[in-house]
Amino acid sequence: MFKRNLIAAAVALAFAGPVLAQDADLGKIREEIRQMKDAYEKRIQALEKRLSEAEAKAGKAETTATQAETTAVKAEQNAARAETATAAAASARSGENAFNPAVSLILQGTFARSSQDPNRYQITGYAPSGGEVGPPKRSFGLGETELNISANIDPYFRGVAIASLAPEGGVAVEEAYFQTLALPRGFVVKGGRFFSSLGYLNEQHQHAWDFQDAPLVYKAFLGNQLKQDGVQVKWIAPTDLFVEVGAELSAGNQFPGNDRNKNGVGGSALFAHLGGDIGASTAWRTGLSYLRASPNGRSYQDTDRLAGAVANSFTGSATLWGVDGVLKWSPNGNATYNNVKLQGEYFRLRQSGTLVYDDTAQATSQFGVPFASSLQAEQSGWYAQGVWQFYPRWRVGYRYDALRYGTLNNGIVNNGLGPTAADFPVLANHSPSRSTLMLDFSPTEFSRLRLQFASDKSRLGVTDNQVLLQYIYSLGAHGAHKF
Amino acid sequence: MLLLALAVSPAQAALNIFTCTPEWGSLSKELGGDKVNVYIATNALQDPHHVEARPSLIARARSADLVVCTGAQLEIGWLPLVLTQAGNAKIQVGQPGYFEASTQVVLLEVPTLVDRSQGDVHPGGNPHIHLDPRNIAKIAAALGERLAQLDAAEAGIYRARTKSFLDRWQQATARWDKEGAPLKGMAVVGYHKNMTYLNAWLGIREIGSLEPKPGLPPTTAHMSELLARLAKDPAKAVVRSAYNDPRAAEWLSSNVKIPAVMLPFTVGGSDKAKDLFSLFDDTLARLLAVAK
Repeated sequence: MFKRNLIAAAVALAFAGPVLAQDADLGKIREEIRQMKDAYEKRIQALEKRLSEAEAKAGKAETTATQAETTAVKAEQNAARAETATAAAASARSGENAFNPAVSLILQGTFARSSQDPNRYQITGYAPSGGEVGPPKRSFGLGETELNISANIDPYFRGVAIASLAPEGGVAVEEAYFQTLALPRGFVVKGGRFFSSLGYLNEQHQHAWDFQDAPLVYKAFLGNQLKQDGVQVKWIAPTDLFVEVGAELSAGNQFPGNDRNKNGVGGSALFAHLGGDIGASTAWRTGLSYLRASPNGRSYQDTDRLAGAVANSFTGSATLWGVDGVLKWSPNGNATYNNVKLQGEYFRLRQSGTLVYDDTAQATSQFGVPFASSLQAEQSGWYAQGVWQFYPRWRVGYRYDALRYGTLNNGIVNNGLGPTAADFPVLANHSPSRSTLMLDFSPTEFSRLRLQFASDKSRLGVTDNQVLLQYIYSLGAHGAHKF
Repeated sequence: MLLLALAVSPAQAALNIFTCTPEWGSLSKELGGDKVNVYIATNALQDPHHVEARPSLIARARSADLVVCTGAQLEIGWLPLVLTQAGNAKIQVGQPGYFEASTQVVLLEVPTLVDRSQGDVHPGGNPHIHLDPRNIAKIAAALGERLAQLDAAEAGIYRARTKSFLDRWQQATARWDKEGAPLKGMAVVGYHKNMTYLNAWLGIREIGSLEPKPGLPPTTAHMSELLARLAKDPAKAVVRSAYNDPRAAEWLSSNVKIPAVMLPFTVGGSDKAKDLFSLFDDTLARLLAVAK
C-alpha cells in the first residue's frame, strides 16, 4: 500500500515536479514573452515606421519617376516635334513641290433683283465699251471665280497669273505678267497682261472694290476695267513723299482702243501718283492719268429707227485723262475698329475720227449703203464715294456717280444725207447718274457679305432699282492689303 | 545689264533702315546710333497684322538699305507688297538688306493644324516674339552683325554698340528675372495670342483669350464660356496690349472683379515705354501691380 502510495506520490511528484517547476518559470517566460512582444512591437512599429517612410519615399520616388518620365516624354515629344519640324522643313525644302507658288482663290456670287432687264443694259449716250458692264443677272448668280498664282521667278523677276473662271464656263486671263525685282534706282518694269495703273480703282481687282460693280465712268470709258497687253515702266522717287511716275505701251486692244491687227504700239498710258501720311491717322494718294488709243474699225451694234440691226464702227484717236484721289482715316492708324475711306475719280474722254454706219446686213435695209463721216466727241464722268467702318467688321458706304454727255458731233447726222439721230439710239443725248448704298459685314479679312442698293439711271428715261446680296471669299495664300 | 546695275551702288553716309514695328526701330537705334536713319512703319496702337501698303511705306522702302521686320508671316498682308512696289533690289527677300527677326529664335505655338478654321494662324509659329528679353538678345546679336556686314566701314562701331547693348541687356534681364519672380504661376486671361513669349519667360499661365480664335473679335458666347471657366480656375487679371480694343477686357474685368491690365506691348504703347529697356520695366511694373 505504502509502496503504491509512494509510487503514486512519486508519480504525482514526477508529474507535479514539472508543474511546480512550470509555475516557477512561467512568470519568467511570461516576462520574457512580454519583453519579446514589446521588443517585437517596437521593432514592428519601427519597421512599420520605416516601411511607411520607405513607402512615402517610394511614392515620392514614383512621383519623381513619373515626373521624370513625363519630362522625358515631353522632352521626347519636343525632340520628336523638333525632329518632325526639322524633317518637315527638310522635306519642304527638298521635294519637287518645294517651289510651289502662292496660290489663292476668290469665290464670289450674288443674289440679285433688278427692276429693269439686266440683259438689255446700256449706258445711253456712250458708245458701248465692250466690257461686262451690266448689272449681275437676276436671281442667284455665280460671280467670277478667281485663281491667283504668284511667286518669285529668280532674283530678278516675279511672276503673277490671275485666271478668271467664268460662271458660264471658260477661263479668261485677267492678269499674267512678270515684274522686275532687281532694277536699280527705283525702276520697276512689268510686262504681259496687267491692269493699267491709271486711276485708282483700275489696278484693284473687282473683289477688293468697296461696291460690287465699277463706277459708270469705268464702265463707259474703260470697258469696266482697263487691261493692258504690253509693258509698263515705272519709277519711284527716292523721297519721303511718295512720288511714282510711269508709262505703259500696249496693243491698245481694249476700249477705247480695239484689236486692230496692225504692227507697232496700239495704245499708251502715262500716270503719276503722289502720296503720304498726315500724322499717324491719315494716309492719302492722288494721281493723274493719261491714255491714248488708236481704234481702227472699233465696232458696236445698234438699232435704227425701225429696230433693224446696224453695225457702227469708229476709226480715229481716243484720248483720256483723269485725276483721282483717295484719303483714309483711322484713329492712330489702327483701322481694325473704325476707319473712313473717301475716294473720287474724274475722267474726260475725247474721240476724234470717222464713224461708219452700215445697215447692209439687213434683208430689207433702210439705206442699203454704208455711210461714213466724222465723229467728234468729248465726254466726261466722275464718281465720289465714302465708306465708313462704324463697328468692327461692319462697314457702310455710299457712292454717287455721273456721266456728262458733253459734246458729240456726229457728221452722218449733221450732214442730213441719210441716217438721223433716231438711227443712233445708243448715242442719244443723255447724262446718266447713279446712287449706290452698301452695307457689308466681314467676319474675317478672308470673308465678306454685302448688301447693296442702287438707283441706276444709265438708260435714257428709265430708272433701274437694283438690290443685291454678294459674298466674297478668299482662300489659300494671304491676300495683299493694297492701299 | 541687271548684274552690272546691281554692282553699282552709291556710297551712303548712313544706313537707311526701314523697320516694320517699333521694337525693331528701337533696337536698330540702339545698335546703329547716329550711323543709321531709322523709319518705323507702324506705331504701338496699330495691329501689326492689319496694316496697308500705304504710299508712305513704299516711298520709305524705296530708299532703305535694310528692312528689319519680324517675319513668320506677321507682316504677310502688307510687307511683300511694299517690297515688290518699292523698286529697291537691296531689300528683297534673301538679300542682305532683308532681316527677319523671327529666324533668330525658336518659335512657340507652331500649329499642328495649319487651317484657317483655326483663325488667323501663322504656319511658322507665333510671331509675337519680342516680349521675351532672351529673344531680343539673340536678335540684337544677329542684327548688329548684319549692320556691320552692310556698312563695313563702320563695322567696329556697330560691333561695339552691339556689345555694349548686350551687356546692359544681360544685366537688365537678370534684374527682370528677379523682379518678375512673383509672377511665376500667375493666371491671366489674354486678348490675342500676342503675349505668349512674355508668359513663357515669366511663367505666367494664360488660361484663356478674349478672342475665341486668333484674329476673331470677342463674342458673347465665348465671353460666357470664359466666365464659366474663370469660376473654376480664377485668374488674377485680364491682360491686353495697347492696340487691342479695351471694351471686352473691361467687360470681363467688371464681371469677374479682376483688374484689367493694359500692357504697352511695344515701344510707344505707354508713356513710360520709350525704348526697349523701359518697355520691359513698364510691362513688369504693370503686371507686378496686380500679382499680389
